[in-house]
Amino acid sequence: MGKSMQVLFALTATFACVSAFASGGGADFEKSEIDPGNINSLQRGARNFMNYCSGCHSAKYVRFNTIGKYLELSDKQLIDNLMFNAERTFETINVSMRSGDARKWFGTLPPDMSLMGRSKGADYIFNFLKGFYIDPDSPTGVDNHFLPGTSMPHVLWELQGYQNAIYASHEDAEGNVIREFAGMEPATAGLMSADEYDEFVRDTTNFLAYIAEPIRSERRKLGVWVMMYLIFFLIIASMLKNQIWKDVKK
Amino acid sequence: MTDDDLDQIDRNRRHFLAIATAVTGLVGAGVAIYPFLASLKPSARAQALGAPVEVSIGSLEPGEMVRVLWRGKLVFVLRRTEEMLKHLGDNLDRLKDPNSEVVEQQPEYAANATRSVKPEYLVVEGSCTHLGCAPIKDFEVRPADHWTGGFFCPCHGSTFDLAGRVYNGVPAPTNLRIPPHRFVRDDLVLIGQDAGAA
Amino acid sequence: MSRIESEVGKPKGGLMKWIDDRFPFTETMKYHVTEYYASKNFNFWYVFGVLAFVVLIIQFLSGIFLTMNYKPSSAEAFASVEYIMRDVEWGWLIRYVHSTGASFFFIVVYLHMFRAMLYGSYKKPRELIWIIGMMIFFVLFAEAFAGYLLPWGQMSYWGAQVIISLFGAIPVVGDGIVEFIRGDYSISDITLNRFFAMHVIVLPLALIGLVFVHIVALHEVGSSNPDGIEIKKKKGSDGIPLDGVAFHPYHTSKDLVAIIIFLMLFCAVIFFAPEMGGYFLEHANFEPANLLATPEHIAPVWYFTPFYSILRAVPDKLWGAILMGGSVLLPMFLPWLDRSRVRSIRYRGWIYKSALTCFAISFIALGWLGTQPAEAVYVLAARFFGIIYFAFFLLMPYYTAIDKTKPVPDRVVYHG
Repeated sequence: MGKSMQVLFALTATFACVSAFASGGGADFEKSEIDPGNINSLQRGARNFMNYCSGCHSAKYVRFNTIGKYLELSDKQLIDNLMFNAERTFETINVSMRSGDARKWFGTLPPDMSLMGRSKGADYIFNFLKGFYIDPDSPTGVDNHFLPGTSMPHVLWELQGYQNAIYASHEDAEGNVIREFAGMEPATAGLMSADEYDEFVRDTTNFLAYIAEPIRSERRKLGVWVMMYLIFFLIIASMLKNQIWKDVKK
Repeated sequence: MTDDDLDQIDRNRRHFLAIATAVTGLVGAGVAIYPFLASLKPSARAQALGAPVEVSIGSLEPGEMVRVLWRGKLVFVLRRTEEMLKHLGDNLDRLKDPNSEVVEQQPEYAANATRSVKPEYLVVEGSCTHLGCAPIKDFEVRPADHWTGGFFCPCHGSTFDLAGRVYNGVPAPTNLRIPPHRFVRDDLVLIGQDAGAA
Repeated sequence: MSRIESEVGKPKGGLMKWIDDRFPFTETMKYHVTEYYASKNFNFWYVFGVLAFVVLIIQFLSGIFLTMNYKPSSAEAFASVEYIMRDVEWGWLIRYVHSTGASFFFIVVYLHMFRAMLYGSYKKPRELIWIIGMMIFFVLFAEAFAGYLLPWGQMSYWGAQVIISLFGAIPVVGDGIVEFIRGDYSISDITLNRFFAMHVIVLPLALIGLVFVHIVALHEVGSSNPDGIEIKKKKGSDGIPLDGVAFHPYHTSKDLVAIIIFLMLFCAVIFFAPEMGGYFLEHANFEPANLLATPEHIAPVWYFTPFYSILRAVPDKLWGAILMGGSVLLPMFLPWLDRSRVRSIRYRGWIYKSALTCFAISFIALGWLGTQPAEAVYVLAARFFGIIYFAFFLLMPYYTAIDKTKPVPDRVVYHG
């Protein structure tokens, strides 16, 4: 048993290192600091998404009743608060806007949001929603620092207000002037304070991360049981192995 | 303690451990099989597609019947005439289960003489209880044959009356199944949801 | 007397005898399980063969259940995978088992192959086992590659685009071959459909056949061991190798422990990190294939990256493809490249030990470099490690011949 346990620890440690290493990266993003276990935050996020985003963005793999179950919302609450153009709770989150109209207005189809939390990650969404700044050259009047050239208008401008991007210039060793992004500064006031807006965006991000993999918390809970079973199995099987190998003479 | 005793202890211990390992392994394997089998059940989408179906019956004339699909199954909605209802009592002795005693063939609220919520409207699954063919309507009354109108299955000749009750001497074992249904309004029936449900 | 009656060792009756008279069940069990003797001093490195077999079974089972809901069409493939993940009860688990299994298959197989290099398992008389094993490895590559297209995500599409285009490097017939593989002018619904057929029927059948032959060939000559000694040369009066113990119950009980430890790691990934930080399930593959835009940073799944690095290190399309192909094929010739008189690393000299260490380091380094963007410094590093990789194989006939070996003992080293 001693030897196999050593091997087990060695392998587990290796895996831990690899996954810690692998989950790094994306350094210039502000951390979203979402709390996937916070049901209230998810409920607010769902409301935000349905009110501000779902007009243009679908989440076509996500069913209302799946959300309802995890967010502890009754069918009636779903229908009254979240379902604006859907009639039955088993329907998925679709947009009422026709795709032809979308192409005409935005020049492109607003992407589906079902998996944005997995393909781009929570931090990206969080930063993107905070990354709009005034750009008079853009047809929407804004651009986004994290997705330059985006055709998405600043939908949340009423809440956040508009902001300007600040650039700092400095010269490098060869004397070339380098313009670097240095942050944002508010241009007009919004209905929310900066902190309130952060919370608003954080809740929304939390919700989008949740719908990207609704099973996440369940799989983790189940995983604990599976691991406990395997540890028990390992102990018995190791004892059996040692017992059998007693026969083998040096 | 002699070597023999040690041997005996070891053998018992080994036997016990072998059984414990086998049992633990089998329990684990048994539990692991469950998700695989459960994945074959109707999925969330299948359940969504199998949701209740609304049928508008406002324009249905007496004696007229519509066919609809609920969960991919054929359902007949027949508006019975006064005369049809009158004949329902005629052939009771020639029916296998005239009083609808096989409980799973209809919801409780349809286990009555007309096998319906409202006597006028028969809502019945168009699936022969023999092997699942779709019965065809034969509403013509032929007193010579003791036929007061009903359904006839073209596959193996089973016959049913206008309440979906099966006749004696045909292969179908039970009456046609009545699906759960309720009347939302006088002119609208919802198939797939029980009368009690909101 | 007929063969049937004479060969039955102890008297038996009933069902077993009825079966054995018609099918050599007991005989086969004895030959391959209860009376197959393998060295008693197997160490950690000797569990990966059995683990590879376990993963194979896991992949078969989970794969069968995935096909029940997957749709091999470009219009529906991506959605059907999400359907499995969300709408099918337990579908998420089955999908994670399969996606994690793919990566674990390669972890286990790479370690299994490295074992053979550590202890010279490929040397005479086990050359054929090694060659069949390499063929399994090639089929596994094809299997993984075909499977990776099926979710029809961005990485599926563009990864397949890059790999299939490699065949275009072949002079004269290259473009024809590329079209033949795709069955279209670009990767399309048609390609997806045939890759599905390859992934679920053709290649799995080939795998079963090859694995069967691999094991039959192994049991013919017998397993090697960490000392590289033929245990069959020292037999007891009962005809059983003195250093051998029966596969069952000795190795089976030991393998069971290994399998459980393996399952712990496997389940840890499935339940706590199914994406494995983007290495097992790549982030960009959560976006449906977009024929208009390549993802910013495209890298194949980790198990292809050592060879992909070599491809990228060569500034010439044809030579890149040739060297990449060469890097995959070269290990096949190990039995003839290795001129050492001993098998095991335990009795080899410092030259081979250093060479093997350098090889292992460069393989891992190439793998890591393959996941990085194609920047100059990484490409340079890939060239450096690529040269070591090739040197390990191509110079092997010289350095193994001059390497000083230690005397090999008569019996295996076993500390109990």
